[in-house]
Amino acid sequence: MQKKIIYEIKSLYRDHFRVNGYEFGDGKKSVCIVGSTRGNEIQQLYICSQLVKAFKLLEQENRIKEGHRILIIPAVNPYSLNIKKRFWPTDNTDINRMFPGYNLGETTQRIAAGVFDVIKEYTYGMQFTSFYTPGKFTPHIRMMKAGFENTDLAKKFGMPYVVLRNTRPYDTTTLNYNWQIWETHAFSIYTTTTSQIDKESAQTAIRSILNFLSKENIVEYHGHEGYVSLVVEDTDMVPVRTKSAGIFESLVKAGDEIYRGQLLGQITDPYEGEITEQLYSPVDGMVFFAHDEPLTYADAAVYKLVAHEKV
Amino acid sequence: MIKTIASVKMPVDEILQIKKHRLIPDGKPLAGLKRISIVTGIHGDELEGQYVCFELIRRIQAQRESLTGIVDIYPAMNPLGIDSITRGIPAFDLDMNRIFPGNQDGDMMEYLANQIIDDLVGSDVCIDIHASNIYLTEIPQIRINELHKERLIPLAEKANVDFIWVHGANTVLESTLAHSLNSRNTPTLVVEMGVGMRITKSYCLQLTEGILNLMRELGIWQGETIPPRRPIVSEHPDDVCYLNASMAGVFIPHVKHWEKLKTGDLIGRIIDPLKGEILDEIRAPIDGHLFTIREYPIVDAGSLIGRLLRVDHS
Ligand SMILES: [Zn+2]
Repeated sequence: MQKKIIYEIKSLYRDHFRVNGYEFGDGKKSVCIVGSTRGNEIQQLYICSQLVKAFKLLEQENRIKEGHRILIIPAVNPYSLNIKKRFWPTDNTDINRMFPGYNLGETTQRIAAGVFDVIKEYTYGMQFTSFYTPGKFTPHIRMMKAGFENTDLAKKFGMPYVVLRNTRPYDTTTLNYNWQIWETHAFSIYTTTTSQIDKESAQTAIRSILNFLSKENIVEYHGHEGYVSLVVEDTDMVPVRTKSAGIFESLVKAGDEIYRGQLLGQITDPYEGEITEQLYSPVDGMVFFAHDEPLTYADAAVYKLVAHEKV
Repeated sequence: MIKTIASVKMPVDEILQIKKHRLIPDGKPLAGLKRISIVTGIHGDELEGQYVCFELIRRIQAQRESLTGIVDIYPAMNPLGIDSITRGIPAFDLDMNRIFPGNQDGDMMEYLANQIIDDLVGSDVCIDIHASNIYLTEIPQIRINELHKERLIPLAEKANVDFIWVHGANTVLESTLAHSLNSRNTPTLVVEMGVGMRITKSYCLQLTEGILNLMRELGIWQGETIPPRRPIVSEHPDDVCYLNASMAGVFIPHVKHWEKLKTGDLIGRIIDPLKGEILDEIRAPIDGHLFTIREYPIVDAGSLIGRLLRVDHS
């Protein structure tokens, strides 16, 4: 293992800003794993730290196949992690909206450029990332339909789901999209949580990466085989939206099997405690995403469901 | 007449409302009248447009008989942001100008964005007033995506701004209000002027005159207007030179905004107050007008210090 500084800049009063990478094996640029890019992505950081630990062991036991170089970057934005701010401290920009970056541009463009310069041209790119709405997910691999996506490859992770979604204008500046443009097979990996550590789904993610790398003949690993992934289009998910706002209580959680007509959650009046709305499942299926904050707005998609048969 | 164009229930005894003020000629049917829409406050920390809205309404109401069209004024597209000194949408950390055109059946934000587009579409011209951000001060300027320049430059030239910046198409900007409206055949001008969290009265009055002039050209206003300034129009990327900080420190400007600089002129210094040292001097790399200048003193390596508009010697 080799620990190295991927990118560094000086600050006026803070310690230097450093992006660290951990490199295992040697040979061609084979696998790059990126963790937290935002200050609230703690689970993403945790998973990478566990992966670094796992790869140390794999390396010691000579279980990394010859000719493969693996790079893990647990955090692209330690400055924001340290002050509990999601985006860049001084200008609130999002590093994951700055790729491929520009080394003569603004600060986060420079960071993105400095990091991308190192992490491009890997055969496989995996990123642990998060969504802007608060809630919990069923672990899944998310792929953008940028024209290069390979769902068969994604299934090799053995995650419960592979989700395909259409690209939106602002996606063109994400790491995932730019990896794909540079011909890296890019996968965004979502586990259950973001700002809290969830060990169970972290283990699922770690196993899935090791499974994938074992199937691609990059590491030797004989673990739990994982799931037979179901490929779903984002647009096929069934949203359950609130009509009223108030205190939200969920009776189900991400990953739960649910049936048509099942009570999923309810909203109560924040002053008088009366139930103002009950949310029922319109399908037989599974809870893919569940809002997990105690308050909700109206018109919020508090659940996303995967239906077992098409509705 | 004040109307709520979109509303969403919030968790605890509050309704989020986006409102507009419609001014119409007295006692005339509305059919066939031209309509101008003035939008601001998409970024909650940009306040320059607040005074423009106020002043425009004041001018129109003082001279109602001169109004011959419809004026719709939307001073607060992101009311929660304005109230909480938040650029984006509070609670989501989401830039409201990246969610258009939205979706009628989508989440709260997508729904709001969709309602806003629905209300604005069909305006003969829309003006979306921004105020840079808290870091940079801008001279009054209109920014135009090159995709829409044929239609928008002639309108922008009537708006009494100093500078028209035609920039390249950029996929990220496809989710802005202006792009969504321009691609729905509703000509929309994006004004950037002043600085975040402040009101620069002189710029606001300058733009108000420009809006009245544009209204007069469109047949919405019959009152007196002043002839607009002749803006510099820049269409080539090479016309604009970006100045970025070479290192972190405190920026101390040495020149004034919109000053005409010669190559080598000192723009400002980056200093280190701990060591008492000058870390860097920023000098003009070309002859040009300084149309953007750093307002917020703390800089990181890469922070934008200013932008120069090349002066053509040919
Ligand atoms: Zn703005």
